[in-house]
Amino acid sequence: MTGGNDGRAEIISGPAAVAPHVTGLWVALATLALGLAAGLVWRSRNGRLREGGDGGMRLGEAAIGAPLGERATLVQFSTAFCQPCRATRRILHEVASMVPGVRHVEIDAESRLDLVRSLGITRTPTVLVLDESGTVVKRASGQPRKADVITALGAAVSHNTSHNSDEM
Amino acid sequence: MRADPRALRFGAAVTTVVLATVLITGSVWLLAAQALVFASGTVGRSPYTMLFRRLVTSPPKETEDARPPRFAQAVGLVFAVAGLVGYLTGTTPLALGATAAALLAAFLNAAFGLCLGCEMYLLIRRLQPGRVS
Repeated sequence: MTGGNDGRAEIISGPAAVAPHVTGLWVALATLALGLAAGLVWRSRNGRLREGGDGGMRLGEAAIGAPLGERATLVQFSTAFCQPCRATRRILHEVASMVPGVRHVEIDAESRLDLVRSLGITRTPTVLVLDESGTVVKRASGQPRKADVITALGAAVSHNTSHNSDEM
Repeated sequence: MRADPRALRFGAAVTTVVLATVLITGSVWLLAAQALVFASGTVGRSPYTMLFRRLVTSPPKETEDARPPRFAQAVGLVFAVAGLVGYLTGTTPLALGATAAALLAAFLNAAFGLCLGCEMYLLIRRLQPGRVS
């Protein structure tokens, strides 16, 4: 903590001077600066769709408890008390009904802790974009933007065409 | 139980101002008052959100589950009490550190809508498979 040494030096002067105001002011300013930096980083990462990162992990109908979409599947992990999950559901539902061959599947994280652990999911909502074979192509933690979801779907569909040999 | 997210955000903004003032003035009484506010927030009766309801009468567009923010208020209470112990015993690093931690969480909530305590709630629930119905 900034100015901690000053604080310790002033303690010696007696209990009445426990919180040296100057140190406190610096601590407050440093905390707010840290909060601003951390908040900006969080906001830039939250809901961003990134590469699957699960070594091309593949989820089938049995794992997600619903049939895969013909071209791609948007898998959303939610919890009952998660506020951004509802907005995410709305966005993914809109995209799925707009793009043919795309399905939106929502999974209650608490009832599928096995899947949550194997996928290393720590937050809800987490959104996985699967290609037609069920391979995790993209992943976002936090509420994604609609335009980003559409872009990620484009990547999933091109993933299909470039991996035609994988098809069963 | 549902909560108005605007009221929670307003409460976080007031908490930010109060905790920054505590750090700057070193006022133990103000921190004690904030601890009481956190305590009443754990049962959904925070004076800040009640003040918001007085000032803003329009209904919220959306509501959210009240459990995570209540849990977050309990986390805030723990830090406020730790800060009080620090101020009262003359342990400056504890006093400033604990108050600063609570200030950081309140600021992130007020400025970015990021509720650290709520994220902790989700992680803790994840570690409790026994309580899943």
